[in-house]
Amino acid sequence: MTTARTVLTIAALTLREATRRRVLLALAVLTVLLLVLSAWGFSRLAAESLTSGEARLTASILLNLVMFGLSLIAALGTAFLAGPTLSGETESGIALAVLARPIRRSAFLLGKWLGLVVFGGGFVVLAGLAEVLVVGATVDYWPPEPAAALALLAAQTIVLLTLTVLLSTAISPMASGVVAVGLFCTTWVAGVVGGVGASLGNDAVGRVGSVSRVLLPTDGLWRGAMHAFQDPAALLEFGGGAEAGAFPFLSQAPLTVTYLAWAAVWVAMVWGLAAVAFARRDL
Amino acid sequence: MTAGPTAAGSAGLREAADLVAALPPGPAVWCSGLRKRYGKQQAVADVSLEVGRGEVVGLLGPNGAGKTSVIKMLLGLVRPDAGEVLLLGRPAADPAARARVGYLPELFRYQPWLSPIEVLTLHVRLSGIDVPAQEQRDCLALVGLADRAGDRLGGFSKGMQQRLGLAVALVAGPELVVLDEPTSALDPLGRVDVRDIVLALRSRGVAVLLNSHLIGEVERVCDRVVILDRGRVAASGSLDELLGQREVRLHLTDLPAGAAQRLASAGRVEREGDWFTVALAAGDPGAVVPDLVGDLVALGVRVHAVEPARISLEERLLGILRAGQGDHR
Repeated sequence: MTTARTVLTIAALTLREATRRRVLLALAVLTVLLLVLSAWGFSRLAAESLTSGEARLTASILLNLVMFGLSLIAALGTAFLAGPTLSGETESGIALAVLARPIRRSAFLLGKWLGLVVFGGGFVVLAGLAEVLVVGATVDYWPPEPAAALALLAAQTIVLLTLTVLLSTAISPMASGVVAVGLFCTTWVAGVVGGVGASLGNDAVGRVGSVSRVLLPTDGLWRGAMHAFQDPAALLEFGGGAEAGAFPFLSQAPLTVTYLAWAAVWVAMVWGLAAVAFARRDL
Repeated sequence: MTAGPTAAGSAGLREAADLVAALPPGPAVWCSGLRKRYGKQQAVADVSLEVGRGEVVGLLGPNGAGKTSVIKMLLGLVRPDAGEVLLLGRPAADPAARARVGYLPELFRYQPWLSPIEVLTLHVRLSGIDVPAQEQRDCLALVGLADRAGDRLGGFSKGMQQRLGLAVALVAGPELVVLDEPTSALDPLGRVDVRDIVLALRSRGVAVLLNSHLIGEVERVCDRVVILDRGRVAASGSLDELLGQREVRLHLTDLPAGAAQRLASAGRVEREGDWFTVALAAGDPGAVVPDLVGDLVALGVRVHAVEPARISLEERLLGILRAGQGDHR
C-alpha cells in the first residue's frame, strides 16, 4: 500500500518535472513542426497523378519515415529526461532528502520509470495518432493496424528509456543520454545493414541485424511498428521479397509473439539490473 | 479441551506484549561498529554512538573525520561495510524506521521546478504521515519562508534553500531530526533561528543529531557531544564530562598573609595583577566556591568580582585532536 503510494507519488513528480522543465513544450513544438511539414508533403503528394498502388506505397513509406522522426524525437526526449531525473538528482543532492524518507529505493526507481513510461509512451501514441489522422485526411491512407503500430512505437520508447534508467544509475546524466541515443541509432543502422546483407544473400552480414535486435529490441519493435503502418500490398509493389528488406522504411514481416515476449523479458531484466545497481549505490 | 491451552497461550502472548509495551522506547539512534571504506580511503573505521530520546547530541570533528558518512549510514543513504544501526528502536535496514526521522543534508538541494509548499507536500506524502496543510504552512513560517511559499525554488538563494531544508526536516512530525551543517549558508540571524529551533525541538522531546563545525553553536544547544577523528570516536560525553575542569576567576585586593595559602588549597592558582584564576580541584563547585569566598572575606580580603569560567569546548576539541595526532606520530 505504502509502496504503491510512493511509486505513484514519484511517477506524478516525474511527470510534473517533464512539464515544468519545458520538455513537454519542446517536444510539442517539434512534433507540431513535423506534423505540419508532413501534412504539406502529403497534400502535395495527393496532387500528383499516381496509380492507387503507387500512392499507397508512397504513403506507406512516407508515413514510416515521419514515424521514424517521431520515434527519434521521443527517444531523444525521454533519454535526456531520464538521465537528469535519476543520476542528475543523485549528483546534485536532490535525492538525498527524498531517499532519507521511509521509502524503498526500488519503489523510487519504479516511480521514476513509470512516470517516464507514461510521458514517453503517451507522447508517441498521441503524436503518432495525430500523424495517422493527418495522412488519412490528406491522402486518404489508413494503416492496416494503427493501434498495434502505435503500441509498438510506445514499446520501443519504453525499451530505450529503461536502458537510459539503467545507464543513469551508473554514469553521469549527460553520458547516459548520449550512450542510450547512440545505441538506439547503432541498432537501427545494424538493422539496415542486416537487411542489405539479407537482400544480397550474405548470411553473416544478415545476422548483424538479428543479433542487434536481440541485444537491444528497439529496432525489432520499430520494424514491427512499420509493418503495422504500411500497406500490405506496398511490399509487393516495391518488388517484394528480399530486395525490399534492404529498404529501411519498409518492413518485411510482422513481429512474432516470441520476440514480443523477449522484449518484455528484456525490459524486466534491465529494470531489475537498474534496481539492484541503484539499491547498492552510495549517495 | 482445546480452548484451555489456546486461552492460556493468548494470555501469555498478551502478557508478553504488555511487557514489551512497558519497556522504555529504544534510543533515537543507536549504532555499533560502523565501518565504511571508499576505495583506499577508510572513511569510517569504527563508530558506535547513541542519541537518547529527546537528547541533543553534537557531532564534532575536523574535515574528513567521517561525520557526514556516519550520518548517511544512519539514514541508509550509504551502505556500511560493517556495523548495525537502530533508528527509534527499529533496524535501519527497514525503511519504515525512518518514518519519524527528519533530515537536512549537508548538500541541500530541492527540486528547482517546485515551490517550497510543493516540496513540503511531497515530503509529507513520502513520509506516509498526515500533516494538515495549515501545519505545513506554519512550518514554512517557522523558517521564515511564509511569503515565498508559492515561488519556484529555481531563483532561491543558498540560504533560503537551507531554510527550506530545515522545514523539510521538521514537517512530518519527526521524533529524530538529523541536521548536517544546518547553518553553513545562513547569516547570523539565520543561525540564531536554527539555535532557537533546536532548543524548541528539545523542549518538545525531539531528539536531534547536530553535525556542525561551529563549536559555539554546539556548546550552546547540545546535551552531549561526540568527537570523531579519522573515522573513530575520539571522545564523547556530556559537556560537563568533557569540560569537567572548572575554573573560577576572582578579582581580589588587600591580600593578607594566609590568603594565598587558602587560594592554593582550592586548586592551582594563576595570577595576573589583581585577577586570580583558580582551577578548582575535584568537589562540588556549588559548595567549594562559596566556602572559598567566605574564607577570603573572613581573612580580610576585599572581593571585587567572582566569575565562573571553564575551558571552552573549542580548547577541549583542539586538545583531543592534537593528542590524537601525537599518538599517530
